[in-house]
Amino acid sequence: MYRYDQFDATFVRERTEQFRGQVVRRLAGELTEEEFRPLRLKNGLYLQLHAYMLRVAIPYGELNSKQMRKLAFIARRYDKGYGHFTTRQNIQYNWPRLDDVPDILKHLADVEMHAIQTSGNCIRNVTADHLAGVAADEVEDPRVWGEIIRQWSTLHPEFSYLPRKFKIALIATDQDRAALRTHDIGLKIVRNEAGEVGFAFYTGGGQGRTPIIGPLVKAFVKKEDLLSYLDATLRVYNMHGRRDNIYKARIKILVQALGPEEFGRQVEEEWLRIKDSVLKLPDAEVARIRAYFADPDYEKLPAFWPEFEAQKKNDAEFGRWVRANTDPHKIDGYAAVTISLKPVGMAPGDITADQMDVVADLADEYSFGEVRATHRQNLLLPHVRKQDLYHLWQRLKAVKLAEPNIGLISDIIACPGLDYCNLANARSIPVAQRISRRFSDPKRLAEIGELRLNISGCINACGHHHVGHIGILGVDKKGDEFYQVTLGGSSAEDISIGKILGPAFSYDDITDAIETVIDTYIGLRNDASERFIDTYRRVGIEPFKEKVYGSLKERRSAAE
Amino acid sequence: MVVLKNGVPQPNEWVRVADDATLPEGAKVIVSLERWQAERETLRQRNAAVGVSLKSDQSPLLVKDDLDHLSLVALEFPKFTDGRAFSYARVLRDRLGYRGEIRAFGQVLRDQYLFMLRCGIDTIEPPAEKRVEGYAEALKEFSVFYQPTNDHRETALRLRHGLAESVAA
Repeated sequence: MYRYDQFDATFVRERTEQFRGQVVRRLAGELTEEEFRPLRLKNGLYLQLHAYMLRVAIPYGELNSKQMRKLAFIARRYDKGYGHFTTRQNIQYNWPRLDDVPDILKHLADVEMHAIQTSGNCIRNVTADHLAGVAADEVEDPRVWGEIIRQWSTLHPEFSYLPRKFKIALIATDQDRAALRTHDIGLKIVRNEAGEVGFAFYTGGGQGRTPIIGPLVKAFVKKEDLLSYLDATLRVYNMHGRRDNIYKARIKILVQALGPEEFGRQVEEEWLRIKDSVLKLPDAEVARIRAYFADPDYEKLPAFWPEFEAQKKNDAEFGRWVRANTDPHKIDGYAAVTISLKPVGMAPGDITADQMDVVADLADEYSFGEVRATHRQNLLLPHVRKQDLYHLWQRLKAVKLAEPNIGLISDIIACPGLDYCNLANARSIPVAQRISRRFSDPKRLAEIGELRLNISGCINACGHHHVGHIGILGVDKKGDEFYQVTLGGSSAEDISIGKILGPAFSYDDITDAIETVIDTYIGLRNDASERFIDTYRRVGIEPFKEKVYGSLKERRSAAE
Repeated sequence: MVVLKNGVPQPNEWVRVADDATLPEGAKVIVSLERWQAERETLRQRNAAVGVSLKSDQSPLLVKDDLDHLSLVALEFPKFTDGRAFSYARVLRDRLGYRGEIRAFGQVLRDQYLFMLRCGIDTIEPPAEKRVEGYAEALKEFSVFYQPTNDHRETALRLRHGLAESVAA
C-alpha cells in the first residue's frame, strides 16, 4: 500500500499544526463559530446532537494493521471504546472533545493518516472498489488512481469552497461494488478499442432528496489527462453550480439543468485549454505510486485444497460463512474475506477497540497486514490462504466478528440516525437491530439469498435507501417516527432507484412490513436462484403492495 | 485602508469610485463592471489607470476583450464560503493570460488567503476587524503543495522527480 514520503509526511504534520492553531484561535474568540465551522469540517469535525464527531479518512478504504491498532488506541483513549465505519470507507468517532482533536490528528499523522476533507463543501475522501488488486477481472488497480486523486484533491486551492460536497469513486471491473453512479464523479477504469487504459466519467450522480443516476459524460479520458479533465469538470461546477439553495447545489442539479451533453461540452471546452498544461501527469509519477501497490509475496498454492473442501462440508456453519463472506481472489489458493460488522442486534458498522486490535492481529497473521473498509460498512482481509480460513473463522467467531451475512438481508447499511445525528427525522440503528434480530437464523438468511437492505434516518440518504433492494427512510409525522419503504433500488452495475411502496409504517410496524415483503418474494420467486431484485423487476411493485398493506390491515383488525 | 501583498501591508493606491461619483483626477480608480461597460470609451482615454470590480456572479469572461485596458481586476468574495472567485482568478491568469493585478475584496479571511495567492490573486483588502499579522502567519503554514497552479510554488510531484527549477543561491 501507499506510504508517505517526506513531502506527504511534512504536509500532514503542517496540516495538523494548522488545525491546532485554528482551535486556539476559536477558543480565544479570534474566529467566530461561523468562520470556524468550515475549517473544522474540512478536518472531519462535526458538531452532532450530543457531542463532536470526528470522521477519519481511509483513502480508497485501505488500512494496514498498524493503522488499525492506532484507530483502536484512539477509540479507547479519546472515545468510548468503539468506532463506526461509514459507507464512504471512513471511520467515525462519536465522542471526542474539541480540545483533544489536534492530538488525535497528531496520532493519526504518526501512522500516515488524517481527517482531511472528510466533510465540508470540498472534494471528499476518494472511495474505491474494496476488491481492488484482488478481483481477477480488473482492468487495472484503482488504488493507484485513488492515491493520485487523493493528492490532487488535498487542499486544492481552487476547489476548497465548492457550492457543495463533492464525492469521487473508482472502480475497474464491470461489477460495481462501490455504488459508482451515485457519486458526483464515478470513474470507471476501462480499456478502449485501441487497447489503451483510461477513465469513463459518470458525472452528476447522487442520492439525497433528488436521487440521480450519474450519466456517462465522457466515455474515455486518457490516463495522462485524468487531472486536467477533473480540473475542468470541477471548474465548470465551481463557477456555475447553484449557491442560492443548499438543496440544489450539488453537481447533479447543474448537470440535469444543462443536460449531460451541454455540461460535457462546457467541460470539454475548458479541458481543451488546459489538457496540455502542467496538469499532464508524468509517467514517472504514476510508476512511483504504482510501485507501492505491487502484489504482496503470494505463495504458489493449489487452487483446490481438499482439507478446506472437507471443512466446509463437515461444518455447515463454516460452510455458510465461506459462501457469504468470502470472494474469489485472482491468485489460486487465496480468498478475500469480509468481516461482518453487522452481528445480530448491533449497530451496523460499529466495532470495539478490542475487536479492532484482533482484526489488526489477524491481518498480520493471515493477510499481509492489510485491511480494507468496504462501502457496505464491513471490513475485508484481502488475501487469505484458503487453508487458513477455518482457523481465521474460529478466531473471528471468538470475538463475534463471524456473522455469515454478507450480501444478505441483515448486512444492513444504516446511517447513525436520530441516535447521533442532528439532521435525522427518525432512528435508524434500532430499526436495523430489530430487522437483524427478526432475520437472525443463518439458514433463513441463506434461503432468502442476496438482498440489500439500506436505512436512512432522513432524506439526506446517508444510509443509501434509494439504492437498496429494500430501502427504508425515516420520516417525521407530527413528532412520531415513521418509515417509508422503497423497493427495487440497486447501487451495483444494474443500478436503479427504488420505488415507494405506499404509506409509511410506524416504528412498531416496520419490521413486520419487511417480513411480509420477504415472504411475498419467497412466494413469488421462480426458484431459489432468482434474487429478490430480479423477482421485483419481473412482477413489479403491486403484489408487494397488496400483501403488505393487506396484512397490516388484518393485524390491525385482529388487535381491535 | 491597507492592502496585503504576500502578507505584507501596503498603502492602497487605488480609489474605489461609486457609479454616480465623479472620477478623481489623476488617481487610479476601480469602477464597477456596469460603469466600465457604460463608459468604456471615456475610461480608456484616461491618463491614470483603471481597474474593474466584479461581483461573485460576474465572470471575468465579461471583460475578456478589455483586459489590455485594465490594470486591475477586483474579485468579490461576498462570503468566505463562496469560492467562485478562486476559479475566476485562474480563468484570468491561465485562460485569458491576464498579467495585471488581481485583487480580492469582501470577506477575505486568513484561512483562505494562501488559496487565493495560489490561484493568482496578488492583493487583498482584509476586513477592518481582522488582525493583519494573521495573514502573514497563514502563508507560513504550508511548505508542501500538491496542485500545480501558475504561482511560483513548486509541487511535491516536481520536487520528487527532480523537475523543480533550481533556485539561485
